[in-house]
Amino acid sequence: MTDNLLPTGHRPIDKLDMIGIVKRFPGVLAADKIDFDVKSGEIHALLGENGAGKSTLMKMLYGLYHPDEGEILINGSQTAISNPQDAIGHGIGMIHQHFMLVPSLTVAENIALGMKSSRGPRLDLDVVSRRVIELSEIYNLKVNPDLPIWQLAVGEQQRVEILRALYKGAALLILDEPTAVLTPQEVDGLFRILNQLADDGHALVFISHKLHEVLEISHRVTVLRDGRRVNSIPTSAATRPKLAEMMVGRPVLLEYEKNAADAQGDRLVLDGVSALSNRGTVGLDNVSLRLRGGEIVGVAGVSGNGQQELAQCITGLREATDGKVVVDGIDVTNAPPSRLNAMGLSYIPEERMIDGVIKEFSVAENYVLQDHGHPKFTTARIFMLFRKIREACRQAIKIYEIKTPGTETLVKSLSGGNIQKLVLARELSRAPGVLIAAQPTRGVDIGATEYIHQRLLDERDNGTAILLISEDLDEIRALSDRIMVMYEGQIVGEVENVDVDIEHLGLLMTGGS
Amino acid sequence: MIVALVLALLVASVLLLALNANPLEAYAAMWEGAAGKENATAETLVKATPILFVGIGITIAFRGGMINIGGEGQMIAGALAGVTIALILGEMRVPPELAKEKGAFDLIIVTCSLIGGFLAGALYGGLAGFLKAYFDVNEILSTIMLNQIAVQMMNFLLNGILLDPAEAGVNNIPKTARLVTAAQLPRLSLPIGDPHLFARTRLHWGLIIAIVLAVIIYIFLWRTSLGYRIRAVGENQRASSYAGINVKRQMMFSMFLAGGFAGLAGVVQVLGLQYRLQTDGSPAGFTGAAGFNGIVAALFGGLNPIGAIPAAAFFGGLLVGAQKMQRELGVPASLITAVNGLIVVFVVSSEIFILQRSKRRVSLQETPDNLGSGGGKPADRASPDEGSG
Repeated sequence: MTDNLLPTGHRPIDKLDMIGIVKRFPGVLAADKIDFDVKSGEIHALLGENGAGKSTLMKMLYGLYHPDEGEILINGSQTAISNPQDAIGHGIGMIHQHFMLVPSLTVAENIALGMKSSRGPRLDLDVVSRRVIELSEIYNLKVNPDLPIWQLAVGEQQRVEILRALYKGAALLILDEPTAVLTPQEVDGLFRILNQLADDGHALVFISHKLHEVLEISHRVTVLRDGRRVNSIPTSAATRPKLAEMMVGRPVLLEYEKNAADAQGDRLVLDGVSALSNRGTVGLDNVSLRLRGGEIVGVAGVSGNGQQELAQCITGLREATDGKVVVDGIDVTNAPPSRLNAMGLSYIPEERMIDGVIKEFSVAENYVLQDHGHPKFTTARIFMLFRKIREACRQAIKIYEIKTPGTETLVKSLSGGNIQKLVLARELSRAPGVLIAAQPTRGVDIGATEYIHQRLLDERDNGTAILLISEDLDEIRALSDRIMVMYEGQIVGEVENVDVDIEHLGLLMTGGS
Repeated sequence: MIVALVLALLVASVLLLALNANPLEAYAAMWEGAAGKENATAETLVKATPILFVGIGITIAFRGGMINIGGEGQMIAGALAGVTIALILGEMRVPPELAKEKGAFDLIIVTCSLIGGFLAGALYGGLAGFLKAYFDVNEILSTIMLNQIAVQMMNFLLNGILLDPAEAGVNNIPKTARLVTAAQLPRLSLPIGDPHLFARTRLHWGLIIAIVLAVIIYIFLWRTSLGYRIRAVGENQRASSYAGINVKRQMMFSMFLAGGFAGLAGVVQVLGLQYRLQTDGSPAGFTGAAGFNGIVAALFGGLNPIGAIPAAAFFGGLLVGAQKMQRELGVPASLITAVNGLIVVFVVSSEIFILQRSKRRVSLQETPDNLGSGGGKPADRASPDEGSG
């Protein structure tokens, strides 16, 4: 379709090549002679762990970074892309993981933002609106151009981002982890849109670390690891284990062997607990649940539907306005965290960099965040025995395979996965009876995720009661014995984790029934 | 740091030249005044002593995440309590004929007034901590206000019940009676040479007390669970509450200690140097602005009590040297203040500059990753921890 225009009226990019791209950051080789290409009509998945170089490579294509070596060819001719305006001029658009929209402005205003008006100094929002409606009809993107962004659901906001890129004439679209924030239904919708865009002659780059999505949507997969291209293969020749091995560099367990749950004894009971959110609205609405020793209960739901409030009410970090929290038969409603810690409650917090560790403290100091005054680490509860603390910490580093230069390294210089392993090591070392694990593997690479999952299952087999709060349905399904779904602060469904209908879960997560 | 100092002196040279003074001569006079002779060095250390006490306290407050601008008021609170205790106990324990006995020293009087001064300052600082912790009153504002209150309270008391009976109805200079010898901190000399080094200067044991406390507070902050909690709350309140630390209590505690050290600065100034509490009625009339200079010394010392020792000596030298410069060259007193200010501004902003640059370097290295997995080689970025080593 060389001479054909795209349905948007713009010229397609028949072929884009990146050849021998090298990018160095101080101390890191982020891209090491990477070759990459994408054609019109193709969805090319870019797969890799965090830090493998996916985003770096695409940011160079979008003009946010500049390659130290290598060249970019558009339709065979060498092109220098010095900034995003350049990239847009060449028909390259990027949908970022975090949306770049102004919440208080309308859809049309957001799309017009940063573009020249056709009427000089006066706004041409009506022209923009008309064009937006035109485009959204072509691609079935249903968006009302006059609504402010904050009124839109996340999936709709993403459509606005796509519309904006198309409006500006993108023939090649880079999507950076576009499914990270979507519900299963929204993912289906997005995939329909992407397929149609490809059918119409757009070129698409789909950045992801989720294997099943890559297998479902892409035509070709390029796997990056540590800044190098491992291989590019047609998706038809790819399987999940094969892709995972390419990503990690060794075979990876994707399914866990689970022993039958041997659940007994209520360890944690919530009875009609309610709480306010940070904004003062109802965050948690009359939630009751029972968690027994030796089982994992998964709490699924789209972020911001009360999961954080739930975890904080249990761990004493948020005031419950109503209801009762009972741990091991003792009423601990609104008890201080120190008391809960002493009762054997462990918590892997969702925002590990803010709640879980003190970044300016060393690994060893963070390892004793709760136990810094414990008799085994102090004399007379006053003088800290750093030799003993370091010794215990060194053991944890070994057992949990935490990659750190030493116990005295500041935590802020560790990678996200290793920080999470440190938090996990600390929380499990306290031999918890009840463990609240909130988003335990968010932002953690596959290797570490596998490890954390395995440890959680071991802990369950040892009789710990685990509440697993996660937005990742795959994780919930892989680990849980029972699954609860939260929506708008309430538990709207509970199922045993056998032959779960994922569509049904998705529907519950968005308030359907 | 050195560069900042040189830059500050260069800019100050322009000011000096504008006033027809030779900068080289000025700085030579300054050095001479601060460290030239035995007495100059002693005076520098005498000035440094209250600055060090306050600096230690400010270090604790900063480490606990509290910005204590109330060193002045806390000094005054400590001095008022300390001098009252010393006067009362002095009357009780020392017969009037021995009041001026040379070499007398009563450990009980001195200890009681030091403890009293510490507690008074601590309660005064703790009040700001309490307001911050339970009513979310900004501690910067409250401590500044409390400074004003303390000054007026001192003026009121020194013109009233604490006024020296000998002064009453005569000059009415606001000052207390002179302490008995037994209530005074002894002079300090080092057994070097003959006569002993510093034997004929005003240097007193307050300096030794301050240095010992600096070491103790270093151990307290980095080696005890109490200090751990203060530092944890200072770095990250959310992680601290998650860890089961009572954040509000720690906020109060760090302000309590900070106030206590400022209080000690005040009482030591009375027991070791002035032997009475006196003021000229102006805000810094008694403190000599040590409550403010201590803040700068704490920052200058890298928020480490050991580091505060040389920092306090540096600022003490600056103050003493400036007086000499003023006498020698006849430049106006306000210029001296300007030179001091320049040095502070340059040095502190160089600290901030270095801090920002290292932060920028870290963030540059984090960019290749999209989700918090901070770069390939942690070893490259592991910066040395300033104290927990």
